[in-house]
Amino acid sequence: MSMRSSGQDQHKTPSFWQRIHIDIPLLLGLLSLMTLGLFVVYSAGGQEFDIVIRQAIRLGIGLVVMLAIAQIPPLSYQKWAVPVFVAGILLLAAVLLFGHVGKGAQRWLDLGFMKFQPSEIMKLVVPMMIAWYISQYNLPAKLQHIFIAFVLVLIPTLLIAKQPDLGTSLLIASSGIFVIFLAGASWKLIGLCVGLASAFAPILWMFLMKDYQKQRVLTFLNPEQDPLGSGYHIIQSKIAIGSGGIHGKGWLQGTQSQLEFLPERHTDFIFAVFSEEFGLIGVTLLLTVYLAIVMRGLWIATNAQHAFTKLLAGSLTLTFFVYVFVNIGMVSGLLPVVGVPLPLVSYGGTSMVTLMAGFGIIMAIGTHRRFNA
Amino acid sequence: MIKNKRVIIRNHTAEANLFARRAFIALLGVFILSLILFNNIYELQVRSYEKYQTRSNSNRIKLLPVAPNRGLIYDRNGVLLAENKPVYSLEIIPEQVKDLEKTVKALSELLEISPENQRKFFKNLRRKRRFKPVELKSRLSEQQVALFSVNQHKFPGVVIDARLKRYYPFGDLTTHSLGYVARINRKDAQKLARENKTENYAATRDIGKLGLEKYYEDILHGTIGHQEVEINNQGRIIRTLDFTPPIPGKDLTLSLDIELQMVAKRAMQGKRGAVVALDPRTGEVLAMYSNPSYDGNLFVHGISSKNYKKLLNSKNLPLINRTVQGYPPASTIKPFIGLLGLDSKVITPETKIMDPGWYQLKGIEKKYRDWKKWGHGWVNLNKAIEQSCNIYFYDLAFKLGINRISDMMEKFGFGDYTGIDIHEESRGILPSVQWKRRRFNQPWYTGETVSIGIGQSFWSVTPLQLAQATSILVNKGEIKIPHLLKATTQSLPPIKQGNETMVEQAIHQEINYENKAPIKLTNDKYWDIILSAMHDTVQKPSATGHFAFKGTHYDAAGKTGSAQVASVAQDEKYDASKIKERKRDNAMFIAFAPYNNPEIVVAVAIENVAKGGGGTNAGPVARQIMDQYFGHRFDKKQKTK
Repeated sequence: MSMRSSGQDQHKTPSFWQRIHIDIPLLLGLLSLMTLGLFVVYSAGGQEFDIVIRQAIRLGIGLVVMLAIAQIPPLSYQKWAVPVFVAGILLLAAVLLFGHVGKGAQRWLDLGFMKFQPSEIMKLVVPMMIAWYISQYNLPAKLQHIFIAFVLVLIPTLLIAKQPDLGTSLLIASSGIFVIFLAGASWKLIGLCVGLASAFAPILWMFLMKDYQKQRVLTFLNPEQDPLGSGYHIIQSKIAIGSGGIHGKGWLQGTQSQLEFLPERHTDFIFAVFSEEFGLIGVTLLLTVYLAIVMRGLWIATNAQHAFTKLLAGSLTLTFFVYVFVNIGMVSGLLPVVGVPLPLVSYGGTSMVTLMAGFGIIMAIGTHRRFNA
Repeated sequence: MIKNKRVIIRNHTAEANLFARRAFIALLGVFILSLILFNNIYELQVRSYEKYQTRSNSNRIKLLPVAPNRGLIYDRNGVLLAENKPVYSLEIIPEQVKDLEKTVKALSELLEISPENQRKFFKNLRRKRRFKPVELKSRLSEQQVALFSVNQHKFPGVVIDARLKRYYPFGDLTTHSLGYVARINRKDAQKLARENKTENYAATRDIGKLGLEKYYEDILHGTIGHQEVEINNQGRIIRTLDFTPPIPGKDLTLSLDIELQMVAKRAMQGKRGAVVALDPRTGEVLAMYSNPSYDGNLFVHGISSKNYKKLLNSKNLPLINRTVQGYPPASTIKPFIGLLGLDSKVITPETKIMDPGWYQLKGIEKKYRDWKKWGHGWVNLNKAIEQSCNIYFYDLAFKLGINRISDMMEKFGFGDYTGIDIHEESRGILPSVQWKRRRFNQPWYTGETVSIGIGQSFWSVTPLQLAQATSILVNKGEIKIPHLLKATTQSLPPIKQGNETMVEQAIHQEINYENKAPIKLTNDKYWDIILSAMHDTVQKPSATGHFAFKGTHYDAAGKTGSAQVASVAQDEKYDASKIKERKRDNAMFIAFAPYNNPEIVVAVAIENVAKGGGGTNAGPVARQIMDQYFGHRFDKKQKTK
């Protein structure tokens, strides 16, 4: 469809959308997710307009942030990658030392006038930093550079895992690793890393994971062993999804969600509400939209003209998919429960704004290219 | 242009190709992972759909059992004997009350609720969901209900709950026949489980424990209904999805006549004993009263252990249903022995024997006494019955022998259940060689047969058996099984059809009872000979039963009996006034009327009478029953003539 308008044809005069640095296919994908999300939030949130309005305001802020960030020439991030990364690491350390404890984890830094979650920023800064570092050298990246890149990824990952925020540390780790992968790390090395990662798992289990996180994993392995306790979430979620069938029970008709059997309905488990009410048809549609966004993101990355922007856009896009995969995977019982929202559909603030900022960067990469070249 | 600080010679095409390859591989990975997700969702939503749909429904749909209303019990004229009365309790729905302490305090002042009830309330409060009502006071009086209703607006979240409880308006008058219901206990629950009835009793609290309530439990109970509701995760009812109304238990119409029952009670005032009145034409029990009785209502709400002990330890044993407990029949057995004598040709109506006042077996010292010290002189069968001559029946019984007696008496139903529709019946004892062997492991001694002829010794006969045997006698051998249930009525729940509520016709069903094989005699006129002798017993001025039925406007017949409870030593004179109350004679009476076409048979047993025998003590009770039964019927007929 309108893929061409975003910059394939460089000799055309830039369209209005190009001038304001908006990628239309991406925007359409995002907007359809947001719209869908509002409907599901209304259903999952006890059919109150308040919650829908609050979510709409957040989405609006997200769009504004995206638009604003899209105006920044992407190559300028190279200059800022190192200082912001260093600042981010310091802030993460500060969170561990002085952070605000919420829900048993230290994630927030109280700045007096606002609370601030440094790990969110790191979702953007880490791929930026790694992309900057690796793109200084020729691709494919050499082993010593990859090693240093790994270390750079590991530092924030561990700091965030220590908070503990397994979901975010997972997302940050993967954003860094995606850069390394896209930079052409050899398959041997990838095989080696997979080996190392599986060796790392027991260490993670014994030293880094908190009891509640271990419980989540145990519950994931066998939810039925404690159907009223920790297994309750996942059992109810699977019941919600399964009972949706092919056609779904209809909007506002999901008994699992409307009668409150499903926990965390409008946040992390919103996919279960969606699947219950819209069935396999809805799920297929939703997955298609997500895939379309991912394809568009990778398309923009592939067509970017600089290694840094390619790597950054590619990583951000793939990380977005990690959100989708981890969330749907956990809600449908494929993965253990880690706190990852369904992007742009789940009710909730910070991570959504970060995501939209990420799309702002991708859009900048997709639309600033002609002027940089 | 490339803005890198360091100048590196880059192969842009190679890098772009490398990136494109990696991006493509990544996209492949994304597709594969998406397929995994999709496959998992497909597994849940398509392949396991039914499983999860079932689980989803069992999450949200609950079947609430709705107890059926217990069938009512009426007497033969439609007088209500057992009804279901609402019992009110005061309940509080915690989440609807702002200040529980204050509300409970105010209610307690208004309705005088005990501190104990209040404590119990706060204890129960902690165990219940906020939206489920908690009981503050059970069994409110009418005044309390009224008082609360007037003030209800001051107490949001406080409600009155009405539940139906069994009530027997006639109290102790009907307890021995109706029995009573009480809370289902563990034993009942186990029995229900064995009979696969647990489900039908899911909402039922009480069950028949005694009498008709127990015997006809299945008919009275009805079929459970269900309210299908949708609940949320807290168990709060969101809406009703479906309602299957319960089918109420069938109403019972009894053959009992409550007025006759009242007369029986009045006649038995101050006496221990029992009255049974049957309609010989059908086997219907018209009255069945055991005195002293007790109030079955006490048991419906759970009797206090103090009250229960009082009943249990009472010297007069009110808990025992004497209508189905065994007594020595005494001389009331004589017509039956006489009938056997005729039928087995041992005697003829003309056979006479000499009664000098005692009877002796050859070669045995022991003298069997007549009740009249100087004897009756020459007596034939008619006179022997009319005068209740012992010597005649000693002799007759001896001549008949125990086997012939027990064979015939068995046919009259002695020693076995009559088959009446209550479970409390006892079999009594029909003396026989086999019985004695079984009971004492001893042979039968010929001498023992002598006392059997006058209804003493091992004999034990219930008033019901006596009434039944008399019915068989007046029916000339035809056997109707005695029963209390006359008909059942199934009232149906109203059916809503659009705006109109249809009330279906109740289904009334008369119960047909099968007859047993009749008793055949060698000659049918023997019946008339015995019945005529019983007629004389009541109608002849000098006869033993005349006192009781003097001047009735209906034509009655009957037989008296006085049973020795304690044995009197040889030649010792029996004087009731000198004997301990519990060792005094029992008075028995059987009667029927009208003589020519009997409609009612009455059997009366009275324990330990102070003076006189069956004729003077039990006879008047039988007469009062019959007076009530016939009422002014014959008078009216005479007037219309």
